[in-house]
Amino acid sequence: MKKLLIIVAGLLLPSIGWSAGGGHTYPDDKIQIDWDDKAAMQRGARTFVNYCLSCHAASYSRFNRVGRDLGISDEMVRDNLIFTTDVNGDKTKVGALMKTTMTPAYAEQAFGIVPPDLSLIARSRGINWVYNYLRGFYVDESRVGLGVNNGVFANVGMPHVLAELQGLQRPLYKTMIDDDGNEQEIIVGFELLRAGSMSKSEYDGTIHDLVAFLDYLAEPYKQTRKNVGTGVIIFLFVFLILAYLLKKEYWKDVH
Amino acid sequence: MSENQTGKGLLGWIDARFPLTKMYEEHLSKYYAPKNFNFWYFFGSLALLVLVIQIVTGIFLTMHYKPDGDMAFASVEYIMRDVDWGWLIRYLHSTGASAFFIVVYLHMFRALIYGSYQKPRELIWLFGMFIFLALMAEAFMGYLLPWGQMSYWGAQVIISLFGAIPWVGDELTLWIRGDFVISDATLNRFFALHVVAVPLVLLMLVVMHILALHEVGSNNPDGVEIKKNKDENGIPLDGIPFHPYYTVKDIVGTVVFLIFFSVVVFFMPEMGGYFLEHANFVPANQFKTPEHIAPVWYFTPFYAILRAIPDKLTGVIAMFAAIAVLFFMPWIDRGKVKSVRYRSGAFKLLLVVLVVSFIGLGYLGALPATETRTMFARLFSIGYFGFFVGLWWISKNETTKTVPERVQ
Amino acid sequence: MSSEVDNSRRRFLTAGTVVVGAVGTVMVAVPFLKSWSPSARAKTAGAPVEANIGKLAPGQQIIVKWRGKPVWVVRRDAKALATLSKVVDELRDVDSNESLQPDYAKNEHRSRKPEFLIIEGICTHLGCSPTYRPEITTDFQGGFFCPCHGSKFDFAGRVYSGVPAPTNLTVPPHYFVSDDVLLIGEDGVA
Repeated sequence: MKKLLIIVAGLLLPSIGWSAGGGHTYPDDKIQIDWDDKAAMQRGARTFVNYCLSCHAASYSRFNRVGRDLGISDEMVRDNLIFTTDVNGDKTKVGALMKTTMTPAYAEQAFGIVPPDLSLIARSRGINWVYNYLRGFYVDESRVGLGVNNGVFANVGMPHVLAELQGLQRPLYKTMIDDDGNEQEIIVGFELLRAGSMSKSEYDGTIHDLVAFLDYLAEPYKQTRKNVGTGVIIFLFVFLILAYLLKKEYWKDVH
Repeated sequence: MSENQTGKGLLGWIDARFPLTKMYEEHLSKYYAPKNFNFWYFFGSLALLVLVIQIVTGIFLTMHYKPDGDMAFASVEYIMRDVDWGWLIRYLHSTGASAFFIVVYLHMFRALIYGSYQKPRELIWLFGMFIFLALMAEAFMGYLLPWGQMSYWGAQVIISLFGAIPWVGDELTLWIRGDFVISDATLNRFFALHVVAVPLVLLMLVVMHILALHEVGSNNPDGVEIKKNKDENGIPLDGIPFHPYYTVKDIVGTVVFLIFFSVVVFFMPEMGGYFLEHANFVPANQFKTPEHIAPVWYFTPFYAILRAIPDKLTGVIAMFAAIAVLFFMPWIDRGKVKSVRYRSGAFKLLLVVLVVSFIGLGYLGALPATETRTMFARLFSIGYFGFFVGLWWISKNETTKTVPERVQ
Repeated sequence: MSSEVDNSRRRFLTAGTVVVGAVGTVMVAVPFLKSWSPSARAKTAGAPVEANIGKLAPGQQIIVKWRGKPVWVVRRDAKALATLSKVVDELRDVDSNESLQPDYAKNEHRSRKPEFLIIEGICTHLGCSPTYRPEITTDFQGGFFCPCHGSKFDFAGRVYSGVPAPTNLTVPPHYFVSDDVLLIGEDGVA
């Protein structure tokens, strides 16, 4: 009976999509995004254009759309969010897509891979993954050139661009026995080696805001969608009452 | 009711040249449907509704979509972000695809429990099965179009199935793809088939399905032929005109359906990764397979049968057989009683086995395979095929209850 | 069938359902129709464009692309400007009453600054693009000539009478950001 229960439990564990990565990852925290907190998203946008956009594009999104949705005027967008130039060497227009100036060929040479577009990262990976990933860099001298590894995405080719904010940390290991009975060293915590310009809670807050922005970026129309949906469903319920009364009226004929 | 005479005015003018009034009467106002339709009888008209939703939203999507390997993914995001209301049109279409299968599966189940495939409705069932087949082709090819990772690798897996066919397999897969891998060529032909060819076939089949239905008349939950008992005017005693009675009833069904549909479209368009898979938000990359490939949920029962069998060719045969066997339902069931209401306990048990197996397979097909899961998948596969074998076996000399003369 | 049928209630409910259903259908149609309006991409592509006019010599013309249309920027010399009052009798709509132009261009020279003509290079007849004819001859006082159907316009894009084009050429919104930079597509501040 016990065995059967285990089997059923194993069957019922849904692991579709991105949670199916398998194995242990650290950190493994969960966050909530408040879609009404535009200020957080604005701070996230700022972090994004400063630290991410030089290598990663968000090429399905437009600067002025971000501005409009987050309550930033076109002038503010131009002055505070746009640091790139277009093909003519002029400052990127506010209506332009959020592309990077780095060419794919150069990126491939520098990182071995073209940094993925981040427009949809919050939908493909999930917000928790991104939140943990950006807090999961640790010192690993064996990785030539990078000097860091990641507790969420092992052997990732991305350098720790936020190290000046977070500082550098060292993993704390624990030995565990995995399902197949093998011993495995897993990360259970981090210890700060060198402090950054931010405290841990400040850094977590910054990443939270950045993820809030990425969540917005992945589906900018999410709030409109829900607002329209509420109206549509209310309308349908009104229609349902009428349609039901009409049906009842006609079906009085049928015995 | 007015007599079908040559009328006056515009309608009369038209009727002299085109059977407008005649068609209206044959299919609506004087089409007599049994008065005891229940909940299960909503899904036919709902399937028609979803077909219309898919066609209308599909037409508008083609206005912005680019069937080009370099542009397809971006053009979908363009629709979602840059086109006014594009997100709504796209979500209606993506949700509609899943809704289509939900409605069609329930519609088919209705036919199974009330014996709607039995004589004289064999052709209705066959046309319906061809609709189901066309629908699967339509959904499969449509799923490639967003050109995400799941689109790409899902298509890769399904097309590879044809490689299992002896001798011609490899040549055939090459021919289907039009390239050595799934590429722009594949995308372009799938686009043409998805937006033009298959919808035409589908529409034609739907018309034939309905014409065949209106020729022999609808079945009902009692499985009684209402045409056996007619009044002095030749109108079935247990029949009521489709319009207005079933039109007003179907409006209620439609609105209830639309409420559920809207909840998904506006509040959970991804449906937890079942309607829009997470990996499909990453552009297709032919060098990197996602960690876990699962077809969209409506294919998972058949996919699970495929995976349950360790041999590639046998697996493919079993998977196609799972669909093909349905075509033979009118002849597998040798019983004379249609409705589950008057059939034996053995029949009811077989139905339970079928439902449990089908849902079980669907669930397992969406998950990565493990040893235990494969074991269960085999069990459910046996259950699935067991339904048909068992039905053939028991229906020869089935102990049934007496079917009433009139609908209850 | 029952003999007691409340027809008025039935009519009322039918009408109600039809009306609410029709309202719903119209509301559903709105997003589909709106999806045809210019997308964010089209709007970005149609954003105002800048033109550098610092090096434009008198008599010269440059063509700027704005919203996919050719916009001519012509620096008229004194001779060209002098023709404007001479041709008045031959024009169809001297005061630009029927043509499209911003209010600041509804004057004899049809521009903000008399020297600069900013005009859409699309014939108001059937959409051909006329050519610039700066030479002043006895037959033609100079301006623009449309090769498709022979329409003639003066140096301010005003149409001559007796030619197929019905109205003067259209002046797009524009303003001078500085002496050297012109912005086409926005009225700006005067």
